[in-house]
Amino acid sequence: MRYRVVQSIFPPGNYYFSGNEAVAEGAIAAGCRYYAGYPITPSSEIMERISVRFQKGGGVFIQMEDEIGSICSVIGASWAGAKAMTATSGPGFSLMMEAIGYAAFTETPIVVVDIQRAGPGTGQATRVGSGDVMQTKWGSHGDYQVIAHSPWSVQEMYDFIIKAFNMAEQYRVPSFVLADEAVGHLREKIVIKETVEVCDRVKRPGAAPFDTEEEGGIPPMPSFGEGERLLVTGSTHDAYGFRKTDDPNVHARLVSRLHKKVMDHRDEIVDVEGYYLDDDLEGLVVSYGFTARSALFAVQRLRSDGVRVGMMRLKTLWPFADRVVAEVSKRTKKIFVPEMNMGQVAGEVMKYACCEVITYNQTNGEVIHPHTILEEMRRIL
Amino acid sequence: MARDLEEYLRPEVQTTPFCPGCGHGILMGLLLRAVDELALDMDRVLFVSGIGCAAWIPSPHFNADTLHTLHGRAIPFATGAKLFNPELTTIVVSGDGDLTSIGGNHLIHAARRNIDLTVICANNMIYGMTGGQVASTSPLGALTSTTMEGNIYRPFDLCKLVKAAGAAYVARFSVTQPLSVISAIKKGINTEGFSFIEVLSPCPIQFGRRNRLDTPAAIVERLHEQCISLEEAGVLSPEELEDRIITGEFVHGGA
Repeated sequence: MRYRVVQSIFPPGNYYFSGNEAVAEGAIAAGCRYYAGYPITPSSEIMERISVRFQKGGGVFIQMEDEIGSICSVIGASWAGAKAMTATSGPGFSLMMEAIGYAAFTETPIVVVDIQRAGPGTGQATRVGSGDVMQTKWGSHGDYQVIAHSPWSVQEMYDFIIKAFNMAEQYRVPSFVLADEAVGHLREKIVIKETVEVCDRVKRPGAAPFDTEEEGGIPPMPSFGEGERLLVTGSTHDAYGFRKTDDPNVHARLVSRLHKKVMDHRDEIVDVEGYYLDDDLEGLVVSYGFTARSALFAVQRLRSDGVRVGMMRLKTLWPFADRVVAEVSKRTKKIFVPEMNMGQVAGEVMKYACCEVITYNQTNGEVIHPHTILEEMRRIL
Repeated sequence: MARDLEEYLRPEVQTTPFCPGCGHGILMGLLLRAVDELALDMDRVLFVSGIGCAAWIPSPHFNADTLHTLHGRAIPFATGAKLFNPELTTIVVSGDGDLTSIGGNHLIHAARRNIDLTVICANNMIYGMTGGQVASTSPLGALTSTTMEGNIYRPFDLCKLVKAAGAAYVARFSVTQPLSVISAIKKGINTEGFSFIEVLSPCPIQFGRRNRLDTPAAIVERLHEQCISLEEAGVLSPEELEDRIITGEFVHGGA
């Protein structure tokens, strides 16, 4: 895979950005040159900033008529050779689901930023939530894999969007930055470094664009207009894109490879961060996104009180950190999962943990306060 | 398909999936003739289609870049590809249900934006592939699998719709007017901006057999009788125009 180091387009230095501004700058730094979007709170600042930045040259911006048009045009642009993205929030994300499945099935690199708000329905448009975790993975029909990053700071909004673009290109999958409204609208210091590591798509003229015998299972990806006479379809297809909808073997082989090309690399994709992971813990918090900030405060307070607690932060949500959770659960009596939803990640933790899993669910449109987590943990430990 | 057009077809494709008497095979040939007469470089042509019978006209048959997308979404897919790489001659080929019902909003917005796409709508006035359900283009009273007592809603006049939205070139012809179809497609491709060519394409299997047009010949003959040129239509009364389909160029744009 072709990773190369390039100079940062944005002048390096310290900045005071919102999460949404940082994600826009990170996308441009990662090589994003096509953006299509539709206004929706609380993600709109991403589109607004990119529209201004692209006006000064270097990228194509379009405000589409809806979210379906946005993501479909992003897929079209990706096949025309662009690193392409869109950003949205709950209801818009729901509208994009069919096309996300199409992108997964046609192995189109795209990046989607979802600044999550409180749902379902229109819900609380301006309030925080983390209710889109399962939708990211299971929102479209059929079996497919995606990669989803979960930032907890403005710095990570910048860093993770770059990772999202690189992994989309590397694995030819839809790749997500799944942030909470609280991170999107958070303002804090970030550091923009002098260089950025970017990944370019592999091209091999004449090679099959939808299958490969090579280890890793990720075929090269040409673009329209390069003379490859590409045949791209969302129907079941063979290595060269011909529809083979009646052949059970072709379908099974394709779905299986799309699954394996991500799952066989999950040790390289899955990113977690551990705190106080001693051998023998009274309790362990598994947390992600903005909630992890509150959780870390509570864990640090309990540690200073002499309570043996640890924390694991999921920096990626999909593919899920199954092996890490299974391993770390052997070292604790209980796992505590606080979430701004009714237990979407807790369910995954329960699948793999060999200890008791206790949840705390808050869906009132407010962030989970550090003292709330502290009280809950004192109660259960 | 005439053998002189074989170079435009993928060698792997031996047959088309179209039913006997379907107009889409004729349209397929006419479109390739237009491409041939314009001497387009197939390495620089992108065909985009949605879902349904007409979406299979370019995919997998045409030996160029082809993008077979989601139901109703061909135009936004094409928009992204064209905007990022304006060198691509981007031609959307899809059906009336795809482009104007589920995809209707994308159609009018692409026309409004005057994106440089050529959209060819193969209008068979029914949902063919899914079993002959009523479409937004089915005539009043048409018998379909979801309007067994006759369609009670008026059909869209697609050319008026797209013209009102601001398209640069708009034309409607039937596959029974092959030279006009070729000419319109050529003009559409040569027009800078949004071009829309509605091509009436008979569907004997789903539309014809439910509406007393039991053979391919009968439905073609009916289409032939119904179609009337803009000039001829100009001297007829509204009553005389009832049940007729006006064909011609409605917007000339910069062609």
